Amino acid sequence: MNASLLMTLPELVLAAGAIALMLVSAWGGQGSTRLVSWASVAVLIGAGLALLGPASKGGAAFEGLYRADAFAAYAKVLIYVASAVAILIAPRFFAQGRGDDLRPEYPVLILLSAAGMGMMVSAGDLLTLYVGLELQSLAAYVLASFMRRDTRSAEAGLKYFVLGALASGILLYGISLVYGFSGTTLFSSIATAYGAGHSLGLTFGLVFVFAGLAFKMSAVPFHMWTPDVYEGAPTPVTTFFASAPKVAAVALAVRVAIEAMGPATDQWRQIVIFASLASIIFGAVAAIGQTNVKRLLAYSSINNVGFLLVGLAAGTQEGVASVLFYLTVYVVMTLGSFVVVLQMKDAEGEPVETLASLAGLSRARPGLALAMAIFMFSLAGIPPLLGFNAKLAVFTAAVNAGLYPLAVVGFVASVIGAYYYLRVIKVMYFDEPAEAYSGRATPVESAVIAVSAVFVSPVGWLLLAPLGVATMFAAKALF
Amino acid sequence: MTGFPILSVMLAIPALAAVACLFVSAQGARWIALIATLIDFVLGIGLWASFDIGGPQWQFVENAGSLGVFSWKLGLDGFALLLVMLSVFLMPICIGASWVAIEKRVQEYMAAFLITEVLMIGTFAAQDLFLFYIFFEAGLIPMYLIIGIWGGANRIYASYKFFLYTLLGSLLMLVAMLWMVNFAGTSDIPTLLNTDFPVQVQTWLWLAFFASFAVKMPMWPFHTWLPDAHVQAPTAGSVILAGVLLKLGGYGFLRFSLPMFPEASAQLTWLILALSAVAVIYTSLVALVQSDMKKLIAYSSVAHMAIVTIGLFAFNRQGIEGAMIVMLSHGLVSAALFLCVGVIYDRLHTREISRYGGLAINMPRYALLFLFFTMASIGLPGTSGFVGEFLSLAGTYRVSTTATLLCTTGIILGAAYMLYLYRRVVFGEIVHDDVRAMKDISLREMALLAPIAAVALWMGVYPESFLAPMRSDVATLEARIARATPKGDSLPTPGKAPATPAAHAEARP
Repeated sequence: MNASLLMTLPELVLAAGAIALMLVSAWGGQGSTRLVSWASVAVLIGAGLALLGPASKGGAAFEGLYRADAFAAYAKVLIYVASAVAILIAPRFFAQGRGDDLRPEYPVLILLSAAGMGMMVSAGDLLTLYVGLELQSLAAYVLASFMRRDTRSAEAGLKYFVLGALASGILLYGISLVYGFSGTTLFSSIATAYGAGHSLGLTFGLVFVFAGLAFKMSAVPFHMWTPDVYEGAPTPVTTFFASAPKVAAVALAVRVAIEAMGPATDQWRQIVIFASLASIIFGAVAAIGQTNVKRLLAYSSINNVGFLLVGLAAGTQEGVASVLFYLTVYVVMTLGSFVVVLQMKDAEGEPVETLASLAGLSRARPGLALAMAIFMFSLAGIPPLLGFNAKLAVFTAAVNAGLYPLAVVGFVASVIGAYYYLRVIKVMYFDEPAEAYSGRATPVESAVIAVSAVFVSPVGWLLLAPLGVATMFAAKALF
Repeated sequence: MTGFPILSVMLAIPALAAVACLFVSAQGARWIALIATLIDFVLGIGLWASFDIGGPQWQFVENAGSLGVFSWKLGLDGFALLLVMLSVFLMPICIGASWVAIEKRVQEYMAAFLITEVLMIGTFAAQDLFLFYIFFEAGLIPMYLIIGIWGGANRIYASYKFFLYTLLGSLLMLVAMLWMVNFAGTSDIPTLLNTDFPVQVQTWLWLAFFASFAVKMPMWPFHTWLPDAHVQAPTAGSVILAGVLLKLGGYGFLRFSLPMFPEASAQLTWLILALSAVAVIYTSLVALVQSDMKKLIAYSSVAHMAIVTIGLFAFNRQGIEGAMIVMLSHGLVSAALFLCVGVIYDRLHTREISRYGGLAINMPRYALLFLFFTMASIGLPGTSGFVGEFLSLAGTYRVSTTATLLCTTGIILGAAYMLYLYRRVVFGEIVHDDVRAMKDISLREMALLAPIAAVALWMGVYPESFLAPMRSDVATLEARIARATPKGDSLPTPGKAPATPAAHAEARP
């Protein structure tokens, strides 16, 4: 029991920290926001440090309900970093007008969500999976509608809640089918059931589980909530949604696919390939007409999920490693580009989100424009930026697994994606300047932008070799 | 070799200079760019001087180890050396051509050019398949910005077209590269050059590489991005586009398609010959009716590039050597022609041919240089164009007499459109008053054009200097593709055997 508790130490730290800070904010009120924010970041760092112990190599805890392995640890590092950034960039956004100041609940909710995501990526059992998913989602619903007086934010929260509940329902239905036909909820035992032979009930269960997970990953055809929620939610919250929960959902899908349903690879591969190509193509085509930067980035995230699924479709250790590598680069690019979006404010300090307002940014704020251009070229997968290496990794895995048509179609479709990323650069560099943005980035925001831009630039090549080793090691945990 | 990483240094100098350019004044950026490109040129001379002709195939090799899936591995053979020389020779000229023509956002402009230089040298020097792809593809970014920011009126359309067209072709090549690396277990180019891929797969791989190189080259009918990009790009952008970037396609065929997929190349030679023949005749005719000077030269580039492709796919020494010389010659001559257009564009701000006329009267020095480059473009004996075109067509004759016949008409048509252009711009009476007021070329412009003229003449009179470094590489390539060489339809007259490679080699000092 003690060993099991030690393995779940990161979640324990997060949960205890969240509860303690909730109490602080209950008594401290509005004035404690700053303290709670910094304390939350400290808690996240503490949880990260806790990963150094048995939490990253302990194996199965609580009779297999929870897995403490390198794969989970890798995903958790990404989740904690993204969560910390989401907390750090929030104060200035909420401080600007509308009377909706940042309240201390915000960092606490993110901590709870992070604890839920930790459970998701460590799940060794369908019920652990579900509990983690719900904890993450419930906190996220509240975060989406965090600006109480803003109708768009309220709408985003409601939409997210209704569709999220539907997705949970579908997932639960799938879980019940899998349980009904295999007699267990443990991943390892489910894998045995799938390996034992073909069963229609199990196949149905698989389909529903993947449909539910696709909702959480926002893969086509279960993506429709994404643009509305990303647009309506406050920008720091959108930053969070596009990074940490995405990592958790994709890592969870990978674990379910490999650990629980590994013997049924041929069955889920069809679903994954379809969702992958549909996401790549739809995400790219739908983004072309967008005029709102946040909506555009929402479609870009759908597009990127498609590429992530290319790596999963390979179903090999190399494929899983490529997914983790892609997630790493994706999280950095996403954090960077959303923090750039945070800088978009008109003369009154109100946030603006139109693509047209970026016009001529290269002359008003050359550094900011250069960073955004790096992120956009990287998202489009143009070398020498790291976004290219990420795409190369997933497609290498797919080609090595013999999935040539997937690779060819995926690559060709990425040209469509390049078009709308180029449009952002065109607006920033080629168009006549629009009204300049007011205000300056805070040191934290500048640091996030600068570090992310350097990470995806050719300087990041130096990290390729260590990241390759780390992702391969993490992926090995699943095989 | 001394072990001094000269290629990495040649890449690092412009890269660092590009960063430095962003932090200084406009005039400072100009000087930094000029000095950096001149240092690279000097280093390039050093490369050429210390290149051991007849020595190992790969020289100046350096390997800084693996970076994940690809490794930082550089090296040059004779082909790459000559193309690197072309790049470093043209770069200072480009910077000089932009000295006064570019007034807005000079720092970014110079940085974009320096980055382009890094990527071009990197493409030719890369010895790792993925490293090659990274340099090859990354070149799109600075060119997209150069066309889009400093281009003409329709620059946005042209920049998109340039970017998306070339990206699509390259991605298909990337899929093929992934397959090859998976098959061979290495991304090391020298190893891959001697890997025999299964014949039935070769066709697919060849087509995937073709998709990329045919767009870059550009071959008819994938050339439509080129006239748009050229017309909209600033003068120096056109120079670098015509001078070096178009050579990437030819270099790709030479480095990858031929030695890696000899059987597929032989099978699909008909495709190359057919497209090239159409390109020569069609684009030459299109060039005849252009009213925009840059567009005319752009179409003539497509025709010249077709001579390169037929030469490459002749599968023999003359053809390959000719193709290389045409590439070098076209790199110099079309670059110079774009500079000539730039000279008068800077004075009158129009590229309409009909707005000029009679320049020989008030700009005699300009008229002389322009005449020289016109003749070089036509392929007058004594200029670089003749050597390349003659060798290339002579080589092709041994494979297909029909294709040679069709492509040779390109020389006649080339003379027609170039002389027609020259007559309309330079000869006749001055009809426009603003043309009368134009000054003859300045010292700066003379300093840009004269070196190109000197090298074009050198290549025309004594091509041995340029043929020598690649002789052993051509032999290696010929030996590699010998097993697949298609049977030619030219029938040597009885009693006169076709020239053997040995006899050919003896004929040279």
